[in-house]
Amino acid sequence: MINCSDAVKQLWEYLDGAMAESDRRAIEEHLDVCKRCCGEAEFAEELRGFLADHASDELPAYARIRLTTFLDEL
Amino acid sequence: METGTVAGKKDLFRELASAHLERLYGTARRLVGPDAEDVVQETLMKAYQGFDQLHETGSAGAWLTSILVNCCRDRGRAQAREPEQVNIDDVDDFSLYRKIAREDPFPYSDSLHLDFLQQFGKEDVTTVLRSLPEIYRVPLVLVHMDGFSTKEVAKLVGAPLGTVLARLHRGRKLFEKEMWEHAAATGLLKERAR
Repeated sequence: MINCSDAVKQLWEYLDGAMAESDRRAIEEHLDVCKRCCGEAEFAEELRGFLADHASDELPAYARIRLTTFLDEL
Repeated sequence: METGTVAGKKDLFRELASAHLERLYGTARRLVGPDAEDVVQETLMKAYQGFDQLHETGSAGAWLTSILVNCCRDRGRAQAREPEQVNIDDVDDFSLYRKIAREDPFPYSDSLHLDFLQQFGKEDVTTVLRSLPEIYRVPLVLVHMDGFSTKEVAKLVGAPLGTVLARLHRGRKLFEKEMWEHAAATGLLKERAR
């Protein structure tokens, strides 16, 4: 079975679903028995959501005016 | 894009560009911070000049993003930290989860890790992202904030998929590490202790 250090290094990739089947199984076997790494996995999931939640960036009115004026003047 | 008349070309470009304006600005904000507005305008100008290279309106978003990434790269090159300026030796082993648990910044919290994340406002996140070397920042922003797949990012930045995956992995770990350092340096860890 893989150790905690190896599991932690691959958690994001595991959550992406971007791993080979054998690597995914190895992580899952580890998570089945390691409470601490389950905490790591939950936190990595939170961090993914955190990044996505901070993605929206409203276009300020002054910037919108400048950019649409630029487009209008093309 | 083949549109017939010059007026038709302008109208179609305006329509496509307007539909993506907000998203382009958001991406630029995360990649170059306060220069976002200038970079988006530069992107629009270059995109209009190269509008003939866009073959399908459905891929306008990815096409505009690839121009934006190049403009950000040119703009940020002079200011960005180079990979060698950031200590990445031990970054693969860094775990923000364990760091928070070990340092216990909010001793009275029963949701320590979530409380840590809640200290961060949008400006803090932008600051942390901008502290990352560009080669790590770009895939992190495009995949986790703008919803592109790693394959699309590889195409957008003109790098092999394996390179993008490796940079994304390191970018995530660096982001975790820089989050901690930003929180420690700016007093975010003390907020709850007051």
